[in-house]
Amino acid sequence: MSQSFHRLLPEEAHSALVRIAALKSDGPTPVKMQAKGLTVSYSAKEAVKDVTIDVHENEVLALIGPSGCGKSTFLRVLNRMNDTIDGVTVKGSVTLDGQDIYAPNVDAVLVRRRVGMVFQRSNPFPKSIFENVAYGLRIAGIREGGLIAQRVERALRQAALWDEVKDRLTESGLSLSGGQQQRLCIARALAVEPEVLLMDEPASALDPIATAKVEDLVAELRSDLTIVIVTHNMQQAARVSQKTGFFYMGKLVEVGDTTTLFTRPKERATEDYITGRFG
Amino acid sequence: MTADTSAGTSAATAAWATHKRSHVGDRVLSALTVAATLIILAMLVVILGDVIIGGARVISWEFVSAAPTKGMTAGGIFPAIFGTVALTLLMTIAAVPAGVATAIYLAEYAPASSRLARAIRVCIANLAGVPSIVFGLFGLGFFISTVGKGIDDVAYGGQATYGKPSLIWAALTLAILTLPVVVVATEEAIRAVPRDVRDASLALGATKLQTVFRVVLPEALGGILTGSILAVSRGAGEVAPILFTGAAYFLPYLPTNLNDPFMSLGYHVYVLATQSPDVDRTKPLLYGTVLVLLSLTFLLNFVAVAIRARTRRRLRASL
Repeated sequence: MSQSFHRLLPEEAHSALVRIAALKSDGPTPVKMQAKGLTVSYSAKEAVKDVTIDVHENEVLALIGPSGCGKSTFLRVLNRMNDTIDGVTVKGSVTLDGQDIYAPNVDAVLVRRRVGMVFQRSNPFPKSIFENVAYGLRIAGIREGGLIAQRVERALRQAALWDEVKDRLTESGLSLSGGQQQRLCIARALAVEPEVLLMDEPASALDPIATAKVEDLVAELRSDLTIVIVTHNMQQAARVSQKTGFFYMGKLVEVGDTTTLFTRPKERATEDYITGRFG
Repeated sequence: MTADTSAGTSAATAAWATHKRSHVGDRVLSALTVAATLIILAMLVVILGDVIIGGARVISWEFVSAAPTKGMTAGGIFPAIFGTVALTLLMTIAAVPAGVATAIYLAEYAPASSRLARAIRVCIANLAGVPSIVFGLFGLGFFISTVGKGIDDVAYGGQATYGKPSLIWAALTLAILTLPVVVVATEEAIRAVPRDVRDASLALGATKLQTVFRVVLPEALGGILTGSILAVSRGAGEVAPILFTGAAYFLPYLPTNLNDPFMSLGYHVYVLATQSPDVDRTKPLLYGTVLVLLSLTFLLNFVAVAIRARTRRRLRASL
């Protein structure tokens, strides 16, 4: 019944409705990024082997696996950060809204403006709190002071940091505590309004309270953007994500709904890992 | 049981004894290193003390503001101070931008396997090992006899205008001498900027150029300044490179053009000590000149140290 009703609507309204419905029901949203037959190698060593995975819009995808399993390497392929390392070759394709980001005519700089990244170690610039967040806007060529101030405030609010720093925006970003620094880095990434946010173990260096704040943030940000988060903390993956992928020895062993993967894994290796038999 | 315990105790005693012996080694080594340090300090104190005591007597406003008189047995050394400052400024203008640019290329742009980068590094290492008198001869042969002469032939109808020892050629010769130090210090400062912040900048959609100029260079600035100033202050006191390329024995006027010869403190010391007909009467002046030269280079070093301390404080505050 509802199916036939949808078919009557113009195409755009239809897809918007599908998206809203999907968001509410936790059903599938459109594919935002897709990796297909992706193999990444450093010199001769293959770090990621033949990975195919879909990242859906407004979804948090968690990538878990033991150290050195290729999950971080995979993450850095999604915004072409691996380009900055000598001797890395990427085979297969990665698409963003259906467009291959490794196509020869694609500028990696523009990819990174749409696909932001938060790193394992908080890495604020030795600049003021305000300038840290404004940096991405300034390099994107925005000069209007009012607009920058507005976007900085919005990003800091999104990162749940505004109330803590609003009276000390001119102080150094490095004067903040570890957890605040990491949220500053998240605000900095959000200020340029990326469509996808990649997070590489964003809470691994934080204490439990700061970790909880970052996790809450991830859950809230999902309504605005698509998130891929690498973690080796399985509870964290279970708390924040809708989909989870398990990497082992460079291969994507299994990917599926987070609840399913943690309760009824299909593969033996996944089960061994989540039950703590190795890793 | 008791036997076991006593065996254990004696083993422990033996272990203590070995420790004791190594403590003796520690003490000997520590005494030797302290002695070496004291010897160096003593030499510094003797040299500085002699220069300060000898020099303070002749330092006066006249000494630093007037020209030498009476065949350099009286008067001041102002032309030499002026020449040294002019020479140092010109050398800095020539050496620092070129050195910093080279270091940026080596640290940021050259691929790890680049043959060009390796060639540049070999050249810099060799350049740093060349005796300074050779730089002087090179300046004479290349800058004056080739470049300067060429300019004269083309622009001045063969009349010796730039094809003679002058301020600009001496400054360029000194610039080549200081270049390797500037490059090495700058590259080190740039490499000390953590990869983290570069990655953060790139991940925000910054280009390499934006990352280098807005993140890397501001963070490396303290190190670059310190290294460059130390390099320049080393060069400022050099005599050999300017011997054939521009330094003058005595000049009745101050250099006002790039192609004027000049007097310099280092060369003036050499002149007073060896070229004067009356060495005894120049001796006090010699002390004064050395004191002024040392003060100038110490001033530069002090600025460098102050910048380094400020940078370190800022970095510590960041932890």
